[in-house]
Amino acid sequence: MFDPTPNGAPRVGFYICHCGTNIAGTVDVESVAEYVSTLPGVVVSRHYKYMCSDPGQELIQQDIRDHQLNRIVVASCSPLLHEHTFRHATAQAGLNPYYFQMVNIRENVSWVNTDPAAATLKAKDLARAAIRRVAHHRSLERKRVPINPNVLIVGGGIAGIHAALTLANAGKHVTLVEREPTIGGHMAMFDKTFPTLDCAACILTPKMSAVKTHPNITLWTYSEVSQVDGYVGNYQVRVTRKPRYIKEELCVGCLECITGCLYKDARFPDEFNQGLSKRKPIYIPFPQATPQVVLVDPDTCIQLKSGKCKKSCVEACDRDAIDFTQTEEIKELEVGTIILATGFQVFDAGRSPFYGYGVYPNVYTALEIERLVNASGPTGGEVLLRDGRTPKKVGIVHCVGSRDEKTNRWCSRVCCMYSLKLAHLVKEHTGAEIYNFYIDMRTPGKSYEEFYDKLLKEGVHFIRGRVAEVTDWARSPEEEGKLIVRVEDTLIGVVRRIPVDMLVLSVGLEPRADAQQMRRMFNISCSTEGFFLERHPKLAPVNTFTDGIYIAGACQGPRDIPDTVAQAGAAAAEALTLIDTGYVEMEPNTAFIQEAECSGCKSCIPLCPYKAISFVEDKKKAYINEALCKGCGTCVAACPSGSIVQNLFEDEQIFSEIDGLLADVARV
Amino acid sequence: MSYCYFPGCSLKSTGRAYEESLLAVFRALEVPLQELDDWNCCGATSYMSVDEVQAFTLAARNLGLAEKLGGGNGHGPMDLVAPCSACYLVLSKTQRYLVEHADLARQVNSGLQAVGLTCENRVRVRHPLDILVNDIGLERIAKLVKERLKGLKVASYYGCQVVRPFATFDSPWAPTTMDRVVEALGAKAVKWPLKTRCCGGTLIGTVPEVGLRLSQILLQEAQRREADVVVTVCPLCQYNLECNQDEMGRRLGEPIRLPVLYLTQLMGLAFGLPERDLGMQRLFVPFRRTAAAQEGGRAVHV
Repeated sequence: MFDPTPNGAPRVGFYICHCGTNIAGTVDVESVAEYVSTLPGVVVSRHYKYMCSDPGQELIQQDIRDHQLNRIVVASCSPLLHEHTFRHATAQAGLNPYYFQMVNIRENVSWVNTDPAAATLKAKDLARAAIRRVAHHRSLERKRVPINPNVLIVGGGIAGIHAALTLANAGKHVTLVEREPTIGGHMAMFDKTFPTLDCAACILTPKMSAVKTHPNITLWTYSEVSQVDGYVGNYQVRVTRKPRYIKEELCVGCLECITGCLYKDARFPDEFNQGLSKRKPIYIPFPQATPQVVLVDPDTCIQLKSGKCKKSCVEACDRDAIDFTQTEEIKELEVGTIILATGFQVFDAGRSPFYGYGVYPNVYTALEIERLVNASGPTGGEVLLRDGRTPKKVGIVHCVGSRDEKTNRWCSRVCCMYSLKLAHLVKEHTGAEIYNFYIDMRTPGKSYEEFYDKLLKEGVHFIRGRVAEVTDWARSPEEEGKLIVRVEDTLIGVVRRIPVDMLVLSVGLEPRADAQQMRRMFNISCSTEGFFLERHPKLAPVNTFTDGIYIAGACQGPRDIPDTVAQAGAAAAEALTLIDTGYVEMEPNTAFIQEAECSGCKSCIPLCPYKAISFVEDKKKAYINEALCKGCGTCVAACPSGSIVQNLFEDEQIFSEIDGLLADVARV
Repeated sequence: MSYCYFPGCSLKSTGRAYEESLLAVFRALEVPLQELDDWNCCGATSYMSVDEVQAFTLAARNLGLAEKLGGGNGHGPMDLVAPCSACYLVLSKTQRYLVEHADLARQVNSGLQAVGLTCENRVRVRHPLDILVNDIGLERIAKLVKERLKGLKVASYYGCQVVRPFATFDSPWAPTTMDRVVEALGAKAVKWPLKTRCCGGTLIGTVPEVGLRLSQILLQEAQRREADVVVTVCPLCQYNLECNQDEMGRRLGEPIRLPVLYLTQLMGLAFGLPERDLGMQRLFVPFRRTAAAQEGGRAVHV
C-alpha cells in the first residue's frame, strides 16, 4: 500500500451516487458533481447510477491508478450500509482505506427532503465538509483480536435447540440458557404441526434429548442471562441460575417426590397447560421435559413458605436430590458469539374485551386449545368445555391482536395456518361444526394453500368478516346458553349472529414483555413494534448491529417453525463463519494518549464506560487499552490537557469538517 | 371542588328529572355545580349534519364562556360538566377538532372574537360519571346511602356517546363506572353485554319501526337478566327506553314494562332525598311499584 506523505497535497476523488432514483430523484447529482469539481484539491468528480455496484467500485479504483488519487469521498447512502464496501474498494486499489470518507445524502438528504433545490444545496454542503475533512485523514491499521470459539445461545425453543445442535455438531462448544425449567418452548405445547399434521412432540423431543446429551452442549435451564460485557469474539456473560431446590445431577425424574408431596391433590395452576390443569408445588412441567428434573415452586411449597412441612417429598426421594437450602447461583462464562432465540409471547386476549375472553368461560385462546387437543394435555386430548360437555359448534376468530390499529398492527403470519390446523383437529376430535372468522386468508408457504383447500373440502365454514362482539345475549331458544358471535359476513353483505359452544381466539404473536431490557443488555436494537431488529431486512436477517450477536426465530418477528429453523441454521452458520475465521479486525477509531501532554490527573479513568483506561505508575501517565476502547470519545472530551486523541475524530478533522459545512453559510 | 355546569336543552325540557336529581345529588355530596351563565345550544346532531362550522362555533362559544370564568387565573383548567351525552360528545369533539385542525380553529375563533371570547383548549369537558367515580369517589357516595337498595337488580345502560369515540374515563367496550356507582349504593349491578348498544337515537322519530325495535331489544335483554330497573345517564336514552314502552307493545307486540331511571335518581333515592326533588313524579313507568315487589329486599321508598 502506498502512503502519501502527510504533507503531500491531497488529490481527492469525489463520487456521487444516484442510488437509482433514491437520491437522484431529489438531489441534482450532476450539479453536485460539477460543483465539487471546482473545490480545491479535487482531481476527479463523478456521478454514477450505483456506486456500490462492481462497475461503481471499479470506477474509483481506476481513478486511483490513473490520477494518483490519495483521498476518496463517496456521497451515497448511510455508512452503516456501504462504508465497508467503499473502504474495501479503496484498499483494493492500494490506498489505505482510512483515506476514504463517506457522505450520507440518502437517509440524511434525499429521503427526508421534498424540495429538490434545498436538497441539492444540502448535498453540496455535506460534500464540501467531507472534502475538507478527508485532507486531514491519516493512514490507520486495523488490529486483529482472536475469537473465543464458544457460543452462548439464549432461549431453548426450537430456534435455540436447532442452532445449538448445528454448532455443537460442527465441534463448537455451546452454552444454552433457558429461562423456563425445560427447553422446548412453545413448540413443545403443540399437538400437531401444520400443514403436514405431524406430531410436534415426535419431531421435537428427539432434538431436546440430543441437546441434553450432546458432549458439546452445556444446558442451563431455569436460568437467565443477567449481564453482558465485552465485544465481538470476547464476551463476558453472567448467568443467574434460579434455585430448583433439586440437585440436578442427582435427580433421575422418577417423580416419586411428586407422589410423596404433602398435598395429596394437585391444586395450583399448571403453567405449561395454560392453567387448564393443576400441579403440585413439586412438579415437572410435562412428561418429556428436558432435563428430566423436577423443581419446587417457592410460592406454593409449604416448606419454602413457612419451613413447617414434614417434607414427605424428601422421604420419598431415595437419591437425596431435594435440597431446600439451594440459593440463586451466579455463573460467569466467556464466549465469542451470542445467538438470541428468545421467541415470542402470545397476545393477551383480555386487551380486546369485545371477544369476551375472561368474561365467558368457554372463550379460549388458541394456545389453550393446543393443550386441549394434545394427547398429553389436561384432558388427554379430548376437546371439552369447562363444564365437561363436548362442543357441538366451535368458532375460531382470526387476527385477535393482529392487523388491528388499536392493539398490534402487524400480521402475525402463523395464525391463519394454525387456525386451520386447530379447525381440522377440533373437528376430528369432536365432530363439531366449525366456523372460521377471518379478514383475509393468508397461506403463503409450501403446501399451505393446499391445506386450506383440504379444510374447505372437509366442510369447515369460512366467514369473511371481523367479529364485532361475543356475548351471551340470546334472542331465541336456540341461542340460549350459547356464545353469540356477531359478525358482518362481508361476502354476502349481512350481519350474522352465530351461536357457538366454544370460541377459540387466534391470538397473535408479539415481542416478549422484557424485549426492551434484553435489547439494552445485549446492546442491540428493536424495531418499532418491539421485535429485535436485524442488520438488514433482506440481506442480513440474522445479524444485528452488534457484531457477534445474532438473532433467530420469532424474537425477530412472527414466523412459523420451518422459517424459524431455517433462521436458526443461518444464525449458526454466521457464528461459525466468525469462529472459523479465528480473529476479528477491530475498527481503528480508538483513542490514545499523547504522553508528552498527559498530566496524569486521572480524570479520564473513572469516566471510561469500558474500563479501558489504566494508570501507569512509573510514568505517571494514563494508558488506553486499544482492545477494550470502543471509540466513544468520552475521555477525549473530558481530558483537561487535551492529550487524548481519537483516530478518525481528531480535532483538525472535525474542525475542518465544520469549516467546510459552514463555508457557504453567507448564502443564508 | 367546584364545577361549572352546562345543562344543554334536554336537561331543561324532556330531561328535567335528570337536572333535578343531578343537582340534588351533587348538593347532597356537597359538590356545588354552578350553571354556566348565558349558555347556548351545544351544536348537537342536527346542527352538525347541516353546517359543521356553525355547530363547532356554537359549541366553542360555550367553551369560551367557561374559559373566561376559569382559564388563565392560575388555577388550572376549568371543569365544565356536561351531563347530556350529546352535549358531552359535541363539546369534547369540538375541543379536539380545534386542536387538530388549525384552519377550523382560526375560523371559529374569529367568530368568537366578535363577542369577545376565545376558545383555546383551557377547559376540561367532564361527564358527571367521571366526577362521581374519579373526583368524589365511591367511598364518599357509599357514606351517604341511607335507604339500602339490597336485592335491587340494576342494569346500567351507558348508551353510545359517553364512551365512544372518546373513551376518556371508561372502557369503550365494557364500561364499568356506572356499575360501580350502583354497587356503591348497595344494589346489584346486572351483568349484561348491551351496555353500549344503540338505543335507537333519533330513529324513534324518523324510522320508528327500527328505533323502537332497538330500544325494545335493550329492555327485553335487561328483563331477561332479571333487572328490576334500568339506569342511564343520557336524556335521549332515558326518553327512548321509557316513554315509548306502550308504543313498542302496540307496534311490535311483546309488551314490556320496566322502569328506566337516571342514575342520579337512583342515587337520590338511596341517599333518602325527597322524591319530588328527584323528579320521580315525572316518570312514565313508576319505579315504586316494581321496587316494592322486590324479592329479598324491601321497598326502596314508600
